[in-house]
Amino acid sequence: MAIFIDLLLNALVIGVLLGGFYAALSIGLSITFGLLDVVNIAHPTMLVLGAFIAFLLNSTWGIDPVLAGIISTPFFFVLGWLIYQVYYNVFEKSGAESLRGLAFFFGLLFIIEVGLIIQFGVDHRLVEAPYIGQSWNIVIGEEIDVAIPFRLLVAFVVAAIATLAIHAYLTKTFFGRAVRAVAQDMMALRLMGVDPIRVKRIAFAMGVATAGIGGALMIIVLPIEPSLGRLYLGNVFAIVVLGGLGSISGTLLAAVIIGIAESIVATFFGPSWAPAVSFGILLAVLAFRPEGLFGKTAGAH
Amino acid sequence: MKYTFEIICMLLIVGLFVLTQVVGNQFYFFIGFVILQYMVMATAWNILGGYGGYVNFGSAGFLATGAYTAVALINFLDVGLVEQMVAGGIFAGLLGLATGYLTLRLRGVYFAIATLALAIILETVVAHWDYVGGAAGTSILPKRKPELLGELIVDRKAGIFANYKEYLFFLMGTVAIISVWVARYIENSKLGRGLNAIKDSEEAAECMGVPTLRLKLIATTISGAMMGVAGAPLASYLTFIDPLSAFNLEYAINAIAMPMIGGTVSWAGPVIGALLLGTAQQVSSLWIQSELNLLIVGVVLVVFVIIAPEGIIGWFRKSRQGSRR
Repeated sequence: MAIFIDLLLNALVIGVLLGGFYAALSIGLSITFGLLDVVNIAHPTMLVLGAFIAFLLNSTWGIDPVLAGIISTPFFFVLGWLIYQVYYNVFEKSGAESLRGLAFFFGLLFIIEVGLIIQFGVDHRLVEAPYIGQSWNIVIGEEIDVAIPFRLLVAFVVAAIATLAIHAYLTKTFFGRAVRAVAQDMMALRLMGVDPIRVKRIAFAMGVATAGIGGALMIIVLPIEPSLGRLYLGNVFAIVVLGGLGSISGTLLAAVIIGIAESIVATFFGPSWAPAVSFGILLAVLAFRPEGLFGKTAGAH
Repeated sequence: MKYTFEIICMLLIVGLFVLTQVVGNQFYFFIGFVILQYMVMATAWNILGGYGGYVNFGSAGFLATGAYTAVALINFLDVGLVEQMVAGGIFAGLLGLATGYLTLRLRGVYFAIATLALAIILETVVAHWDYVGGAAGTSILPKRKPELLGELIVDRKAGIFANYKEYLFFLMGTVAIISVWVARYIENSKLGRGLNAIKDSEEAAECMGVPTLRLKLIATTISGAMMGVAGAPLASYLTFIDPLSAFNLEYAINAIAMPMIGGTVSWAGPVIGALLLGTAQQVSSLWIQSELNLLIVGVVLVVFVIIAPEGIIGWFRKSRQGSRR
């Protein structure tokens, strides 16, 4: 019994930490997809790109991965800016975003992934930092102690700061309110004398920019390889849809739920079943509760 | 003539058979099989994606369902290729039907993501299923001296085909031609017009009395079944199967890229796309690495989506209209 409680407690703690990390991966998509209605299915692959940039900076100059993530964030902002420019002019303006827009982002996902394979191969990559590989043991009772790996703790703390900052920015500042206004009623915003396309462009670039810091956290938490993006597609979409489209706080809560579910399944059934968890939850949510926990209806609109 | 297209199809099948008897270089059958397999995949994808506007990202999952049905059948009953393909088609068709039911309420991107999710869940399940080889995969030895309706099919001297490569090529070619015929039939039928209406506006179609739900289920089933038939011979072709080769990303990207490049509005689009892109990939894979090859496919897809929304067919139609004026 003590072993069971020990495993469960560890799984819960790891799950919460994992959830914070997942929130950092999903918040960009929550902005681009949830608020702006741009289906950036390449987002997880951009995260992997961010992770490889962090790897490169870390292995050549020994830069701390978190710092590397902050360094690469402006690069992703510009990338997002350019992508939205193309997306708007080619697809959104003519109302052809559904089929062709999806194919466009699928193609982008593919180009980034295969590009990474050509450049780095399919081997798993790691970074070096003083906090990686150590953990913090908390003894609770007889035969019960909780081990908190520092790598997850660092990722959790950075993710929490980043997501809370974005959350505050979107709810408290003038521009953040403009972004949410775009999501609600673009025409009304235009009548108020604001250029909604400019707002969308900046917001989309912000969403993509989170791939810099998110990717860095990714390589801190686990070894990375190029095809990881498609695996995380399930995670991030499950989180955004479960949280409810357009709800940043819903995204945070959903991330923790998915993190705990994955961690419990990995502990009791084996880690190789973990990918099926988020995809299974995603399928179930889409089939039975497309509106998610909070927010507007997904799927049937 | 009313049956011109059918006669051409028959002649093509006869032509494929003659090819297997005349051409000696096995390499052509080796790459021809892959191109024809892509043609089936692209045609199947287009029935749902091109006609109905429902994007399937999980094509590889359906193909793998066919492939693994065949593997399970070989292990269990040791049946021939044709039976494997029929069974693969049935199971993948059922999977298509189930997908349709599960995703009935989903539109656009949600359907696309759900299909991707399905493929990944299937891959996880197959990787844990030791009977068909699990994550490590299993090798498949083709049956020696297979018979069909009392005839010896593959044998160096007495068989209809001298070896398995020719037999596989002929089977896949026949399936490709039948698939194209089915796609063309659907395009001109009530089903095709209904799917087109769904693509334009599902609400409007429903208001006009189009049974959207039933049409979508029929389309997901037919599309899935075709992909399953295309996947069933994969194990025999590779003589080895593992989740990585069956759920390969190549299938997912090519099934989308080929119709997009050829043109999604007509049956000819996927055929043109598969012939061009498939041949280019097979030929160029001789001297450049396969990853670079896939990168080119991705770039071509993005470029076509941006500059030629109607694909190659759209170009032809536009230039024809232009010259008339």
